[in-house]
Amino acid sequence: MCSPENLCKVRQDDLYINKIDWVTICIYVVLVIIGWFNIYAAVYDEQFPKSIFDLSINSGQQLLRIGAAFLIILLIMVADYRVFDNLAWILYIAFLVLLIITPFIGKEVNGQILSIGFGSFRIQPSEFAKFTTALALAKYMERPSFDLSQMKHQFQALAIIMIPIILIMLQPDTGTAMVYFAFFIMLYREGMPQRYYVLALTFIAISLLALGIENNLYLVIGVGAVILILILMGKKKLSRIISFVLLGTVIVAYSYSLDYVVSKLPEHQQNRIMVLFNPDLDPLGAGWNVTQSKIAIGSGGFLGKGYLEGTQTKFDFVPEQHTDFIFCTLGEEFGWVGSSVVIILFCALLIRLVMLAERQKNRFSRVYGYCVISILFFHFMVNIAMTIGLFPVVGIPLPFFSYGGSSLWSFTILLFIFIKLDSHRIQLLGRMG
Amino acid sequence: MNDQRPITIIIAIILVGAVLLTKLFLIQVADDSFLKRAERNAIQRVVDHPYRGLVNDRKGNIMVYNNPIFDLMIIPKEFSVKDTTRFCEIFQISKEELIEGYTAARKYSYVKPSPLIKQISTSEFAKIQDYLIDYPGLFVMTRAVRSYPQPSAANALGYIGEISAAQLERDTLKYYRQGDYVGLSGIEGFYEKELRGVKGVKYKMVNVRGVDKGSFKSGEYDTASVAGHNLTSTIDLALQQYGEKLMEGKKGSVVAIEPKTGEILAIISAPSYDPNVLTGSKFGSNYLLLNRDESKPLFNRPIMAMYPPGSIFKIVQSLVGLQMGVLTPNTTYACNRSLVACHNHSSPVNLFGAIRNSCNPYYHQAYRAMINREVSSSTFKDTEIGLNAWREYVLKFGLGSPLGVDLFNEKGGSIPSSALYDRVYGPGRWKYSTIYSLSIGQGEMLVTPLQMANLAAIFANKGYYYVPHLVKAIDGDNRRIPEKYRTKMEVGVDAHHFDMVQDAMAEAIYGTAARAAIKDITIAGKTGTAQNPQGEDHSVFIAFAPKEDPKIAIAVYVENAGWGGRAAASTASLMIEKYIRGEVTRPSLEEYVLAGKFM
Repeated sequence: MCSPENLCKVRQDDLYINKIDWVTICIYVVLVIIGWFNIYAAVYDEQFPKSIFDLSINSGQQLLRIGAAFLIILLIMVADYRVFDNLAWILYIAFLVLLIITPFIGKEVNGQILSIGFGSFRIQPSEFAKFTTALALAKYMERPSFDLSQMKHQFQALAIIMIPIILIMLQPDTGTAMVYFAFFIMLYREGMPQRYYVLALTFIAISLLALGIENNLYLVIGVGAVILILILMGKKKLSRIISFVLLGTVIVAYSYSLDYVVSKLPEHQQNRIMVLFNPDLDPLGAGWNVTQSKIAIGSGGFLGKGYLEGTQTKFDFVPEQHTDFIFCTLGEEFGWVGSSVVIILFCALLIRLVMLAERQKNRFSRVYGYCVISILFFHFMVNIAMTIGLFPVVGIPLPFFSYGGSSLWSFTILLFIFIKLDSHRIQLLGRMG
Repeated sequence: MNDQRPITIIIAIILVGAVLLTKLFLIQVADDSFLKRAERNAIQRVVDHPYRGLVNDRKGNIMVYNNPIFDLMIIPKEFSVKDTTRFCEIFQISKEELIEGYTAARKYSYVKPSPLIKQISTSEFAKIQDYLIDYPGLFVMTRAVRSYPQPSAANALGYIGEISAAQLERDTLKYYRQGDYVGLSGIEGFYEKELRGVKGVKYKMVNVRGVDKGSFKSGEYDTASVAGHNLTSTIDLALQQYGEKLMEGKKGSVVAIEPKTGEILAIISAPSYDPNVLTGSKFGSNYLLLNRDESKPLFNRPIMAMYPPGSIFKIVQSLVGLQMGVLTPNTTYACNRSLVACHNHSSPVNLFGAIRNSCNPYYHQAYRAMINREVSSSTFKDTEIGLNAWREYVLKFGLGSPLGVDLFNEKGGSIPSSALYDRVYGPGRWKYSTIYSLSIGQGEMLVTPLQMANLAAIFANKGYYYVPHLVKAIDGDNRRIPEKYRTKMEVGVDAHHFDMVQDAMAEAIYGTAARAAIKDITIAGKTGTAQNPQGEDHSVFIAFAPKEDPKIAIAVYVENAGWGGRAAASTASLMIEKYIRGEVTRPSLEEYVLAGKFM
């Protein structure tokens, strides 16, 4: 893995600064700055203009949090790189405890108890549990004996992921809990058998079809046709035919039962699902968020309305515009060009992180790197897809953009631990499993 | 195998990015419906209604203006009051009214304004103006209502009202919107385009709760409203009011015209109404009341009522006869009462005597001479040719079709042609004996009071007229009124023919309308009686004065007042004196006219 050339280079580069991946940091800084300007735009009131630094508005508050985030970055960068390795389990368990006690000591907002803290300083343990879970997974999977092709190890890894999911579901915060499923992207890289993913994707596709197609009869005919073609294409053995017919029956039965289950869900969840397929079903009710969000983004056009010139986000047509729907402000004021820049930045960051992860010399760093990729990728994809009506409304923030300390800090910690690990990849060399 | 997986993940990332970019492209660039929906969401188009033009009389007295009335608006969210008693004192409302108003406003919207006190007058507003600043959440909204300082000339001025669906349909330029106010009748209706001004538009931004968030793009797309043009009416308000006073308790019309210009000095339709009742919020209910009124105050008699002209038409007959060469001043006929009834006077008479004495048999014979010119051997054919030829002369006097006054719904009266008689009796089945009533202005002949006044003007002008009109200048510029009101209309009768006619009319005053004579002002006039099969005949009189240099031509109709010399001539005489002298020196005659009630 390590060529003599590389080793020579390491000896020459003694300065620690040169070992840090500045590409990632630059993208991070750019995204945070764009995000901060967007938060100002989202709350800007033309009639009573306030400075972007004004602490009485969100942008001023966010600037303080950005300042705190830089302090966190400094702390991470000066800390000993081994501390994350050593503290992985302790941190994981500590945050599990916090998740357990949150419902008891936390503050209730809209029926959810997400945050704990004193006075105005509050944090959401479910946000921070992302990186502790990532560390725990990395620590666990670092063992030389670990092998994802073994059922036992698969279950153990799954358990590490499922415990925080269950605890977060109890708050209840379905959106954040869903994020933890993103770790399957990391598991995929680490050798989780491909058939699970094929199965899962098929399952999702069938579910979407079952929900999206109003009349299940069409689905039955479609599935029947596909099965028939598969049977006719292959060998006409009885056992094969039977298994295909069985498969078709299961799919059809599943789609019918899914409709039944959905009809038994609480109404607001049902609406969120149905609105995805047809937002005009209820444009003033469940479809309001998506409809208004699409109007805001769609009205931006090619170049956008100009900074602080947006009307939809500014005049509160889009709910949650400075948190989960922050992308609307960007889409409205900077248009398709501005949206593209941000999407390309996110893709560049993710691809850069894949490259960094792949150059890790030990499994701990690589697994952790892929955890970071998984979580960022999931947030980026789901958040933006939700604002443009490609995904149901799930209350998860856009990394580095959305207003709020917990989200900014947790993503910062998540990312910079990896940058820290990456900068020490040579030292961590010997531990490669 | 694992070496392919990072590539798969990178592909997945790029794929997701591409899907998001595509979807964004579809809604942001390829589809502009979202932009429209955004505008509908946040941008409110507020029409800035212009001030409607004012109307002055010919001497500069205001006839129609815009009266600002004020609504006190309340925004519940911002409203607070510490001392309710003091508040109620200042704003002159009871505590209950305040609570009721506030509750209603609250119910409508917490953040949007609703009216608390409606229709505050200017004087009341002056009292509360200074206190407004002490009460947050209160502000005043101004509206303008048409207002008339003198309750006069209602039918001439007309009224404004909400635009009808049919009018909206006709408005191909799409200037009007549902709920706009437009002139519906009178000057308001005819000069709608001049009076209305130009609407302005303001684009306001509102938030999701409808709260005003300032102007869109700092008013870049806003347009200011332009006030309507002011009109100078031809009406002499003092004369108009005097005429209305004289016509109190009577049904009928008075139309006075300045002969040299065709400017209508007074146009009275009696009974009438106070134009102020057809303004503001009471329009609907008051209109209904007026419309149901048996005396038809909304019926604009001067231009819509039609009567047979009666004896007054003899002057037209005289002039046409002279012009045709059928008559000369010396043409003499016997007063043969076997042809048609007449009253006592010497016989035979020449043309002058015929006018002076209003001799019916004279015109019966003179008219036959005009009609039966013996151009055809068939008496039927001869009559037909003669009637149509004669009719051409008469039409030039502004009869038989609307004159084109600047009011809607002007009636034209009728001067029958051969076609009418063909329809009634069949072609070739009527002759002079069928139509002889026309000779003395009876029969199938109708004129409006306005046309009558115009005849007086023609006689005064010796053969020409200007189409009577009610507006003499737009924004003070008399060249901006329609061309047709500045075009001299020749009636095709030589001026010298009028000399004798004028003399006879001046003489006639002393014969048939002695009361009408005014010391030092020579009046030339002619009485008439419009036959009324339903009851007492209508009293008619036309005149112009002074004969030497006519300043006023007038027609008076008093319905059911009997013979024209009585009510109509006296009214006309008083009007003439009022206009020329500025005052009336004959209180006894005035009393006599005022006392007459013919309803």
